[in-house]
Amino acid sequence: MGTFSYFPHTEEDISSMLERIGVSSLDDLYSDVPPEFIHKADYDLPDAMSEQEVRDFFASLDKKDIKLKVFAGAGAYDHYTPAVVPYLTSRSEFSTAYTPYQAEISQGTLRYIFEYQTMMCRLTGMDVSNASLYDGPTAAAEAMKMSLACTKKKTRVLVSETLLPNVLKTIRTYAKFHEVELGAIPAEDGQTSLGALKAELAKGDVAGVVVPAVNRYGIIEDLTGFAEAVHEEKGIVIEYCDPSALAVVKTPGEWGFDIAVGDGQSLGIPLNFGGPYVGFMTCRSEYVRKMPGRIVGETVDGEGRRCYCLTLQAREQHIRREKATSNICSNESLMALYVTIYMAVMGPEGLREVNNLSYGGAHYLHDELLKTGKFEEVFTRPFLKEFVLKPLIPAEKLQSKLLDAGIFGALQTEEGYVSFAVTEKRSKADIDELVKAVKEA
Amino acid sequence: MSKVLEGLLYSDSHEWVKVDGDIATIGVSDYAQKEMGDITYVDMPDPDDEVVKGEGFGALESVKASSDLYSPVSGVVTEKNEELDDAPQKVNEDSYANWIIKVKMSDKSELDSLMDAAAYKKHIGE
Amino acid sequence: MRYYDKLIFELSRKGRTAFTLPRNPYGAASLPDKLSRKSSLDLPEVSEVDVVRHYTNLSQMNFGVDTGFYPLGSCTMKYNPKINEEVASMPGFMALHPLQPASTVQGALEVIWNLGKSLAEITGMSRFTFGPCAGAHGELTGLMIMRQYHMKRGDLARTKVIVPDSAHGTNPASAAVCGLQVVVVKSNERGLVDVEDLKPLLGPDVAGIMMTNPNTLGLFEREIKEIAALVHGCGGLLYYDGANMNPLLGIVRPGDMGFDIMHLNLHKTFSTPHGGGGPGSGPVGVRKGLEAYLPVPKVVRKEDGSFDVVRDDEDSAGEVSGFLGNFGIILRAYAYVLMLGKQNLRRAGQLATLNANYIKESLKDAYKLPIPSVCKHEFVFDGLIDNGERKDAQGNVIRQGARTLDVAKRLLDFGFHAPTIYFPLLFHEALMIEPTETESKETIDAFIDVMHKIAKEAEEDPAKLSGAPHSTPISRPDETRAAREPKLKYE
Repeated sequence: MGTFSYFPHTEEDISSMLERIGVSSLDDLYSDVPPEFIHKADYDLPDAMSEQEVRDFFASLDKKDIKLKVFAGAGAYDHYTPAVVPYLTSRSEFSTAYTPYQAEISQGTLRYIFEYQTMMCRLTGMDVSNASLYDGPTAAAEAMKMSLACTKKKTRVLVSETLLPNVLKTIRTYAKFHEVELGAIPAEDGQTSLGALKAELAKGDVAGVVVPAVNRYGIIEDLTGFAEAVHEEKGIVIEYCDPSALAVVKTPGEWGFDIAVGDGQSLGIPLNFGGPYVGFMTCRSEYVRKMPGRIVGETVDGEGRRCYCLTLQAREQHIRREKATSNICSNESLMALYVTIYMAVMGPEGLREVNNLSYGGAHYLHDELLKTGKFEEVFTRPFLKEFVLKPLIPAEKLQSKLLDAGIFGALQTEEGYVSFAVTEKRSKADIDELVKAVKEA
Repeated sequence: MSKVLEGLLYSDSHEWVKVDGDIATIGVSDYAQKEMGDITYVDMPDPDDEVVKGEGFGALESVKASSDLYSPVSGVVTEKNEELDDAPQKVNEDSYANWIIKVKMSDKSELDSLMDAAAYKKHIGE
Repeated sequence: MRYYDKLIFELSRKGRTAFTLPRNPYGAASLPDKLSRKSSLDLPEVSEVDVVRHYTNLSQMNFGVDTGFYPLGSCTMKYNPKINEEVASMPGFMALHPLQPASTVQGALEVIWNLGKSLAEITGMSRFTFGPCAGAHGELTGLMIMRQYHMKRGDLARTKVIVPDSAHGTNPASAAVCGLQVVVVKSNERGLVDVEDLKPLLGPDVAGIMMTNPNTLGLFEREIKEIAALVHGCGGLLYYDGANMNPLLGIVRPGDMGFDIMHLNLHKTFSTPHGGGGPGSGPVGVRKGLEAYLPVPKVVRKEDGSFDVVRDDEDSAGEVSGFLGNFGIILRAYAYVLMLGKQNLRRAGQLATLNANYIKESLKDAYKLPIPSVCKHEFVFDGLIDNGERKDAQGNVIRQGARTLDVAKRLLDFGFHAPTIYFPLLFHEALMIEPTETESKETIDAFIDVMHKIAKEAEEDPAKLSGAPHSTPISRPDETRAAREPKLKYE
């Protein structure tokens, strides 16, 4: 047995350590395991590779993926990542650190989480933020559970049918096992129906309501009257939002909502084939004790210096066990750093300009596609960077024509529409290329 | 040594009860607050909430622990001590002067199973 | 490490920018007034240099695996190989949209499929899903699969799940999120699940049991065969909490022990970095016969050898996260599996166990070892043998002794991370140590020396420990104040 680069033990080390323990072989350390459970056969695994072989192997797998210009969204947006962000995030003092339970040697992590919490509050117009959740859909499911905890003795939660499909599906899974009765609020002309919401609320027993800010059709929802209607029934109103969009779109705080959740991916996190992303949650201060996940607070050390530590931990699983607000332990801390640095780099102006470019590109594409005569408009409501059209030619044909041109777009929706998303990463020339491919389809 | 006040009734789980007609004022014993250490939050029910003898009605929180509060009587909450929202440390300072909730009892016979001061002293081994 | 006081907001100066974007050919977005943000967006306005220096300074107040040794029980803080990072940042993988047609992401799907296959072989399971983003998320997903299995059989009365008193806190919390009622089974004096205590808990209302083996005391649950027979006998399933899988790598397979469903923590056992608390990945595996209940979307291999994604499946427990899981973490773990290969897998488990037993035997003269048997990857001390507490003739304490917290904090002064403390809850002064296989004898010997030194300090002058740490960027924070007067954002 030769040595292996991650295992520092020499044979001499091993024998002197075994001697101290008082056993004669490594196998003796497993004397407490019934022999029938010791796996004797060879493992059917690949042979160990050298680092060079591993590198080449992954490069060859990566070649099997087809590189495309992405004109699709549905919860994952191809925004630009400034060079500084991955550069700083990959510092091993951040990436190889553990959860900051030992505050004295974790001030770096604790400080950036405190900054993250502050930025998310400012973006959403809410009072408090947690330190992150897994992703947007699971954050929405956590918010659903939280609404039950915030309202005593109620059992129903209403969800808008205009939420992103993966958000709705994840909420449904959690609701099924957590035994929450889910009600659906239908859409009216591409937007959550206030009338239908009121009708459902009138049936009583509603703990929470989840509606999107920018919905599955890319439409910016008009949430006038929503918070008032839900509060009248003493329910909790939750907004699912795209945080990047909140630089220009009316915030959950401004709408008078109680909880905001969503996916921080749009704040500069690469597509990464679906993860890691970062779920966020902010809420009004009166609900902080019901919030899931870690929270960082400011305090002072023994010398009176400003410092940070994990706080309000009595909500969490390691203390409250089955009575905790959630089972979450590991979150997406490093991705919270990613979006914190992103927001620091972009600042208010940068984030607004990202939206201007995305909006401009999406509207240009929308109008150019309609001009091709191959689509019909579905909705006439205001949209931001994503929109749906009804294709007049088969959607599969459209998508495959785009793929031939190196473009991923015309994502088919459950309703039979196709959706497109445009970010600042897609130039006007890229858009023209897409339109050209459509014309040829 | 923990302070045990005469004239109060005590539960196994370290809550005390002061009876005034059909109103029970409920708090935690000095022993309980000492066991918890620095209390950082008192989780209390709201007026009109129902409490049931032996069941949880709230919790005391410290930095590293949470301890459920069990109601020594059944009934409806008439008042909670809102001062504790901003100053949970008052429970540490004097756990008898700083009550937690008041309950309009639905069955006063439930008081019979509680301990008097002497029995409670024995219960906590003092 | 040195103290640095700034927050990014304090560096902000109006008019400074750190971003560049392409020229805008379109003009500003024109949203209807009633849908527009009205409040100011108070994000930092800083230069790029400000950003770089600020976060570099923050990083220098942090301790990581690349800085030093983490003897952190139940957390498996092993070395994070750098090839993993290189693979995960290959630009091709990073640019893939999660909803791209399967035909355009064959390489990425192959990575997921292959890692699933390797994990199934290592654990004796049949199939894995990567939807769960962390260990607790894996537990929840596993319990959903367990409930789905019972529900699909029309067995609706199974609402209880048995959890040992030594279990990780996430176990009962995950059960509660999954709508299951937690029933606690006690440990016996040997620190193992008490089979006699378990028997009366079993019945037609039991969905299953959650166990970690070795358990949180680092002890192998040697009665697992009998436990499995009992639980299966009452119609329940066995869930394996894979947080403690490391010592069993290449030696024992949970599937062979009778477990039906399990999760692994790729950020523990499979060397991906903890990231200051995440992202992790908590893939869930099931034995043969339970594959249909796995969450969707599922990666499948078609007869022609190509890969596809199945997004709807009638029997599936459903979606548990947004897409196919934390792909960046999956890439790292697969790189690790390939580096280890079948040749080195067994060594990982053995050396982790060797290191743990070596520390245990070397320190049991100074720290109370409540259960003296051979341990696996970790073990638990119950505080110091002599913590320095002194009493007068009447038995009144005249000198306070050092607590486990003090030992942990003093370790920081010597450049080591603290062990896990006050867990498991079975012992008052629990100090739980897990060294992992990537620490050398020299590192471990240095740790042992320091632990002896601290024990001596406690005997001579316990006050020195209660003031620790002395050499870190900050001293102990006032956590009580942080909780009583929560200040949760910069204002």
